[in-house]
Amino acid sequence: MLKLVWRRLMLAAMTVLIGGLLSATLVRYAPGFGTDERQLDPRLSSESLAAIRKAGAEERSIPSYYVGYLRRALHGDFGISRSLNRPVRELLADRAGVTCQLAGKAMLLAWLAAALLVCVTSLVRAPGLALGSTVASGALLCLPAGALALLAIILNAPGYLALAFILFPKVHRYLSNLIVATAGMPHVLGAKAKGISETRILFWHVVPVVRREVLALAGVSVGLALSAAIPVEALCGIPGIGQLAWQSAMARDLPLLINLSMLVIAGVTLANSGADLLAQDRRQPL
Amino acid sequence: MRRVRQAAWALLAGIALATVVGGFFSRFDYARQDRDQINAPASAQHWLGTDELGRDRFARLLQGTRVSLLLAPAAAALSMLIAVGIGAAPGLMGGWSERTARTVIDLVLSVPWLFLLLMVRAMLPLNSSPAVSAMVTFLVLGVLGWAAPGRILQARAARLRDSQFLLLARATGISRWRLLARHVVPNLRPVLLAQFWISVPVFILAEANLSLLGLGVAEPLPSLGSMLRELENVLSLGGDAVRFAALIVLVVVVSSLQVAVSEQEAC
Repeated sequence: MLKLVWRRLMLAAMTVLIGGLLSATLVRYAPGFGTDERQLDPRLSSESLAAIRKAGAEERSIPSYYVGYLRRALHGDFGISRSLNRPVRELLADRAGVTCQLAGKAMLLAWLAAALLVCVTSLVRAPGLALGSTVASGALLCLPAGALALLAIILNAPGYLALAFILFPKVHRYLSNLIVATAGMPHVLGAKAKGISETRILFWHVVPVVRREVLALAGVSVGLALSAAIPVEALCGIPGIGQLAWQSAMARDLPLLINLSMLVIAGVTLANSGADLLAQDRRQPL
Repeated sequence: MRRVRQAAWALLAGIALATVVGGFFSRFDYARQDRDQINAPASAQHWLGTDELGRDRFARLLQGTRVSLLLAPAAAALSMLIAVGIGAAPGLMGGWSERTARTVIDLVLSVPWLFLLLMVRAMLPLNSSPAVSAMVTFLVLGVLGWAAPGRILQARAARLRDSQFLLLARATGISRWRLLARHVVPNLRPVLLAQFWISVPVFILAEANLSLLGLGVAEPLPSLGSMLRELENVLSLGGDAVRFAALIVLVVVVSSLQVAVSEQEAC
């Protein structure tokens, strides 16, 4: 087990490092990279201009920039944001909590609603309810995340509710498909033939079987939440990581973008690895 | 269920046809501004009213739907090409190439989709012409949207590689090209087609999200996403239902595609 945890952690670290390198490469080759507005300032002396040019030249080589960045990051220095003129560490510390809270509330709400709806639909067996829930989640699935965020503004609803509505159809569809597929398995049919109640079948014969897939979906939903947080935070004016990503992308803020991409990749990879490990740990030998 | 699928396809075809035929009925250019008719309600002259710059909303809706319905399948086709190259081909070859491809796919999948899109789109020139911006937006979608279909195609190709009938075909001394043409491609085609049709609504929604964030198709060229930005002004516009035309069309298009695809998959 310890070996497996170690392996997953190494894999996550490698993914984060490669992801950071890729994002640095992307930013480096973006048009306009290396142009510093300060060079146009007539008040600066020739020495200051030379220092700015030297700093820019160091950033032009991707490997040297990236290695230097990693070395500084290990000492807790993540650089200074060009667009916001503040240490990246401070910005991330300020904003990460907001996004975690937003995503946490939204995930909890979406999962509770989806699980409750799936349970009720499978227990009550009313065709109208099943059809209604499918149509509702299908309609929500067809709305762009940004449109839902705008609707939240119009209706004066909190941002986490918009995020929950974005996550809900994805979770609901997967869960309901999973339950329907498992309900047709021989052991469930056998239990039904014995006259066991629907509630007992659901919680004793269906839920334990789908546990691993549900855990995997929980890991995936972290990535979905972080992704959907971008339009929600940007449009609803919530000062979180998503809004920061949008602002830094618009301003082409290299230090901030690299840190953000590594942070997001780390979050998603760790969530997926955690879900995988939980599923592995509880695997029963047949 | 077959009827539902047929109805979805008919609806989709109807919308596609309306974007072509509707152009003949529209008397205005999508970019023409009428300063005397700013935010005008629906009338005989402007069927869906005008926007805040006095542009005919019906003409813009037609053009926006045309852009999304034309470029999203093109982006999906590009995505499938990359998915075949990075997913299916290594899956058929096996060995180190399959392991490398799987790592690359895992890496791309570990980055949240919208975050990746936002990052790459922001790297590209923001001062390009509207037509170029539309092309670039969908090109980015096509180039970045291959990972999930690539994973599925790789799994399918790996299963094909280890299948009994392919082993038997190889044992009969069949040439590599014939093996590909007669056995591999026909077996991969249904999965490829399903993934293609799944990607189309995903790309339409992704473009809508990018446009809502100001990183999609540039003005004055409309797209369904950029037209949704008008939702921001809904409070000042009141409850005129036709102002939501873009949202309604988007939901209809995407849901039709989803119904059509899911039913096709079920067959």
